[in-house]
Amino acid sequence: MQDFSSVERGRYLATAADCGSCHTIPGSDHPLSGGRPIETPFGVLVAPNITPDRETGIGAWSDDEFDAAVRKGVRRDGKRLYPAMPFPYFARMTQEDVKDIRAYLSTIEPVHNPVAVNQLPFPLNQRMAMTVWDTLYFTPGEFREQPDKSKQWNRGAYLVEGPGHCGACHTPKTALGGDMPDKRLQGYTLQGWAAPDITSGQGPLADWSADDLAQYLKTGHNRFAAAAGLMGEVVELSTSKVSDDDAKAMATYLKGQSGPKPAADSAAESHVMAAGGAIYQDLCSACHKSDGSGVPNLIPDLAHAATVSTGDPTTVLRVILQGAQSVATDQEPTGPAMPAFGWQLNDAQVAAVATYVRNHWGKAPPVSEDEAKKERAQLDARTN
Amino acid sequence: MARKLPRKDVVIVGLGWTGSIMAYELADAGLDLIAIERGPWRNTATDYPPGYAADELRYRIRHELFLSPSQTTFTFRHKMSEAALPIRSWGAFMPPNGVGGGGVHWNAETWRFLPSDFVLKTHLTERYGVNFLPEDMTIQDWGVTYDELEPHYDKFEYLCGTSGQAGNIKGTIMDGGNPFEGPRARAYPNPPQDQPFGHALFGKAARDLGYKPFPQPSGNMSRPYQNPLGVRLGPCTYCGFCEWFGCGNYSKASPQTTVLPALVRKPNFTARDNSEVTRINVDSSGKRATGVTFVDAAGDEWEQPADLVVLSAYTIFNVQLLLLSGIGKAYDPAANTGVIGRNFTHQTTSDVVSFFDPAKFVFNPFIASGAIGMCIDEFNGDNFDHGPHGFVGGGYMGHVQTNGRPIETTPVPPGTPLWGAAWKKAVKENYQSAIKPGTGVHGSMYSYRDVYVDLDPAYKDRFNRPLVRITMDFHDNEIKQNKFLTDKFAEIFQAMGAKQVHKEYRKAPYDITKYQTTHLCGGAIMGSDPTTSALNRFLQSWDVPNLFVLGASAFPQNAGYNPTGTVAALAYWTADAIRSKYLKNPGQLINA
Amino acid sequence: MQRRTFLTLAAWLVGTTSLTRATVIHNRVPWAPHPNSAPEMVRPGPWQFFTLDEARAMEAIVDRIIPPDPETPGGKIAGCAVFIDRQLKGPYGSNQGHYTLGPHTKGTQEQGPQSALTHAELYRNALAALDKHCKSTQAGKSFAELEAAAQDDVLRKLESGEVKFETVDAKGFFSALLKDVPEGFFADPIHGGNIDMVGWKMIGFPGIRYDYRDWVNRHNERYPHPPVSIAGRADWTPAKS
Repeated sequence: MQDFSSVERGRYLATAADCGSCHTIPGSDHPLSGGRPIETPFGVLVAPNITPDRETGIGAWSDDEFDAAVRKGVRRDGKRLYPAMPFPYFARMTQEDVKDIRAYLSTIEPVHNPVAVNQLPFPLNQRMAMTVWDTLYFTPGEFREQPDKSKQWNRGAYLVEGPGHCGACHTPKTALGGDMPDKRLQGYTLQGWAAPDITSGQGPLADWSADDLAQYLKTGHNRFAAAAGLMGEVVELSTSKVSDDDAKAMATYLKGQSGPKPAADSAAESHVMAAGGAIYQDLCSACHKSDGSGVPNLIPDLAHAATVSTGDPTTVLRVILQGAQSVATDQEPTGPAMPAFGWQLNDAQVAAVATYVRNHWGKAPPVSEDEAKKERAQLDARTN
Repeated sequence: MARKLPRKDVVIVGLGWTGSIMAYELADAGLDLIAIERGPWRNTATDYPPGYAADELRYRIRHELFLSPSQTTFTFRHKMSEAALPIRSWGAFMPPNGVGGGGVHWNAETWRFLPSDFVLKTHLTERYGVNFLPEDMTIQDWGVTYDELEPHYDKFEYLCGTSGQAGNIKGTIMDGGNPFEGPRARAYPNPPQDQPFGHALFGKAARDLGYKPFPQPSGNMSRPYQNPLGVRLGPCTYCGFCEWFGCGNYSKASPQTTVLPALVRKPNFTARDNSEVTRINVDSSGKRATGVTFVDAAGDEWEQPADLVVLSAYTIFNVQLLLLSGIGKAYDPAANTGVIGRNFTHQTTSDVVSFFDPAKFVFNPFIASGAIGMCIDEFNGDNFDHGPHGFVGGGYMGHVQTNGRPIETTPVPPGTPLWGAAWKKAVKENYQSAIKPGTGVHGSMYSYRDVYVDLDPAYKDRFNRPLVRITMDFHDNEIKQNKFLTDKFAEIFQAMGAKQVHKEYRKAPYDITKYQTTHLCGGAIMGSDPTTSALNRFLQSWDVPNLFVLGASAFPQNAGYNPTGTVAALAYWTADAIRSKYLKNPGQLINA
Repeated sequence: MQRRTFLTLAAWLVGTTSLTRATVIHNRVPWAPHPNSAPEMVRPGPWQFFTLDEARAMEAIVDRIIPPDPETPGGKIAGCAVFIDRQLKGPYGSNQGHYTLGPHTKGTQEQGPQSALTHAELYRNALAALDKHCKSTQAGKSFAELEAAAQDDVLRKLESGEVKFETVDAKGFFSALLKDVPEGFFADPIHGGNIDMVGWKMIGFPGIRYDYRDWVNRHNERYPHPPVSIAGRADWTPAKS
């Protein structure tokens, strides 16, 4: 007999874990049937079909086999999963929670969709290598509450470190793609976007309150920033759908994470700042205002938007060059977009305005013309 | 052969202001609906961002955001004895095109009509006697009253975030607002915009002359705003690229910035762009619409069946679709019978250009917004005694200069050569110190028996369908009205200290090449008598009860204001009637 | 659909430069990276529409419509002839978007222009006629070879209707000049005229600046900042250190 409360809990957890982001092709009418290419530093992986189709999905799997894949990174055939599947995070989930997710997945429409998942080049296509990787970077074991912390903090910790797998994007990785344990949540660049430092020490989120963070997770917007790109997708598919209490819990936990001082800035040259300032006043002030403060919940405040002042300029360059649409959510349906300026500004000008917005209000390192040029070339080569 | 699409509850023809409002209301009621739009989808950051939105040549002069006459146009003549000729490039008005419709390129002047405007025939007859009106004037009451529309005006103003100063809240006259306006339930959602130098100076001069000037109600935001649908707008930056342009920074109310983001999230809503509806289909009884036929940009023809058809295209295209679909009896001015095409009207505007001493006045005319300015309403509608003047109607007037764009707005004093060194010198000297309000006198145009639209017998569009033929000229009543208003307007500029004031009266014959406004009205009017109106008071077709026709085509005559507020209020009024009455009992809502 | 309708439609579709496609919008507002319609920028280079003789005449004409003065260059240096050249080569020249179906009947002035000639044809025919007129009345000299005063005299006669051309409406041509030349002087420099924003600098128009919030309440005070084009301004490029 189906346990409806179990299915409902599973649906909620699958949302919190953002399964759909990787396992559904955007815009597809067949959720979770796989086929979406996932960019990793080593090549492209394709997410498998996790609908209950017995042949091409996971319909024939036992609950234990499912649990082993989600929490241990071990496939039904005993081979090891690549960590594009964030099993090192999902390992923190309780067995009960994973069972609920399975219960939910058993209720969705089975889709016959064979997916060739492994498209990595040799030797990375040798899953044997993953055994070594696991030894280095994978720590099994469920999340354990810290009794000296509040219930809210512990709930947040579970969600962030477990199903939410925030560190999968926000934690710096080693050359082999494993998390650097001493740099948790301090920012990383992947799939053409710089995920900023989301610790709350002295980094870009220092001025954000827990409420700011919770509002950002729920609506994609707050008085400082707007989520776009990969984070926009995370908000749309996952965090906007968690409960207010859970969003607040995640925010509370993140606000409690200490982080490093941002790298000491090397001051930008004055002639670059002058050019950047001219471009800013002529093109950017119409939305971001002459003092950079923007419009709450509509236009980011450049002094406080984490992606602007984060060390790696990838996101700010990308957004200047090709524009970006922020996420639309039920509470904030507007989804305002930043226009592209790559057609209008040359590399030196892009670098100058990027340098200006990162330095005039913040202290992020200057951006070179060469970096702008490289980012432009990379974007031209991108298909998404 | 048209390919047939799956049936919908509702098909909406045209996704501008009225189509967007109706789509939202009916989607909110749970109906499955599709909107079909002739032009492309357009949006702020990708179609008119600040990086290139301010291109006067492209948008103002070459009309990029508008329909091309090559897609379809109209023919025009002054009187029935003249041969109508096609409008080959736009002049007197600018038909919109694309998602958002006129809401993309409008100035965002968000007015309400006067209570007396809705009962015009009754009101004027009672005050002045029936003989005061010209014999061939065909004005009518609307069948709906101001009080009935008030909540719907309110809803639109709060959707848009209108910036303004209330003049009459529940009967209490408010200082600084328009004392002539009908009573409103509450203040505007946002305070008025700031007034640049010249506009503020005009307000002061008007007050000194004893008038009650007030800031023009504006859909350009005076501060950030979140509307009841959750959609946000930013503050207007006074860039001076509003009318004819899309707004690059989310600060002008348009369907894009107020409705569409919320509408598109509704799972029961779908839109098709670049698809032109060519016909409303009716069943063999002729009394029931079965859907529409449209042609997409690839030239493929489709049939979209639906239970309810909402016509929400631009005024004259509503009328064209009714005529082409054989819905309602075509108007015959000779016999004075029929309804489709009658009571067609436009506007009677004029301008006063004033020249001030360049050593003393620097107006920075480029600092402006679409609905900026100070206005007076003393000479609008029937706000003054027309008895001594021998005409009816009126308009608001104001210093509402929206831009200092140099191709359009480089006024030179009368008598200056049109080219050469003297012209160049005059342009340079006067740019900063001249005032050219644009449509400073915004007067009404009432309806006449011989002003109407029908199908042209000679000229065809690209689908080989007859073009609509406009037969229109100014009548003496409007010419007299304009002379009176323009003179009053000029006095205010004199009081401001202008050294030279040039009055540009509106004169007959009507000139199809000179821009006035895009406020074409009538042709499928509302009313209480099926022999003199196409629609009942709920904008429901008398002939085909599952067809509603929105927009200014329903106005029995035009008032002295910009029409969008009233157009939108009527759309909400109709949506409310459909939701509260029609859906419960589909059929004719009024028994005539 | 009837065959004739189809043919008219096909002709219209072919004549449309922007490749529009009907799309179905559902669930989300469409968005893609990069602008949908970034403007094309005119590049310097050879004449694209005018012949060398026509170009010489046009450069002389634009410099009489907008003559140079000590503070501001005239139409020629401002690029007005280049602007018109590029416009005539493009959609404006071919009257794209206009209703072009016949019959072409002359009506009243208030019914608007009904000519079957495109703008490009108007200029081509009128410049040929002007050349013929000048050579026959000015001792074999072309318009460009005349003294400024004599050029002004010819233009005044076109304006007044005193000089008529056989093949084309001379007064209509002059009206087109009065529209097109100032457009070249005041349109954004990306269109080929208003070089170095000279037209905007002359009057104090700040160009595409989009934010005057800091200035709307500063009454009767001259706005101090220089103009900006869609192509930017010199200050956008970092000076070499």
